[in-house]
Amino acid sequence: MERIPILKLGDCLLVTIQVDMHDRLAMTLQDDLTTRISETHAKGVVIDISALEVVDSFIGRILGNIAGMSRILDAETVVVGMQPSVAITLVELGLALPGVRTALNVERGMDLVRQALTMREEPNGRPQG
Amino acid sequence: MAVLRDEQKQVRSQQDVVAVRQIVREWAVYAGFSLVDQTKIVTAASELARNTLTHGGGGMVRLEALNDGSRRGLRIVFEDSGPGIPDVEQALRDGFTTAGGLGLGLGGAKRLSSEFEIDSRPGQGTRVAITRWR
Repeated sequence: MERIPILKLGDCLLVTIQVDMHDRLAMTLQDDLTTRISETHAKGVVIDISALEVVDSFIGRILGNIAGMSRILDAETVVVGMQPSVAITLVELGLALPGVRTALNVERGMDLVRQALTMREEPNGRPQG
Repeated sequence: MAVLRDEQKQVRSQQDVVAVRQIVREWAVYAGFSLVDQTKIVTAASELARNTLTHGGGGMVRLEALNDGSRRGLRIVFEDSGPGIPDVEQALRDGFTTAGGLGLGLGGAKRLSSEFEIDSRPGQGTRVAITRWR
């Protein structure tokens, strides 16, 4: 069965979507990711969508679901690399991805995950250093 | 207004919805659309192709490359012979869904298009036409 690969980097999971996903493939990714989070106790999920030329309401909903489900499983999700034309279209479509953290690229996404984890570890909620 | 060329494709599976996105992208590039305009019409087509599959039980999509003398455009017509939409006004409203989605498909596709027509008859089917001009 066709699947999107999920890489484990430390306590982070990295997903790079490089194909135009049909709906079932996106649903499979959602299921696989939640399973991997609970198996690996990952604290962060970074989803790189820089190769996606289109994000419609279905894929947008899946991204929102993944962010919500991973939060419940105690992991932070960051969606990175969205093309500007995709961002413009999504907002016009009526989908501003509420509840989904975004960053410009994988590096910044990883930084965001680390920051969020540091905030959590500090008892007073302030980042270290 | 002249139709420069046209093509029909079936929408019978989720793979066909992906194929519609790809062919619409090719035609939008051919019509000379900017990257943002290409993305808008491809996204609108993706929403409508999914509706054709999910609500219409599959159907046909027709692409037409247009020229009205001063500008070029792309029209995409989605036709199914499914159950039809009982209340089109309601279906166009954001958040209205019968498929468990976000209810942005039809209204979103309308916002992403220059022109939008819908004709639906209960028990006979639905025809949605969108046009985007360069």
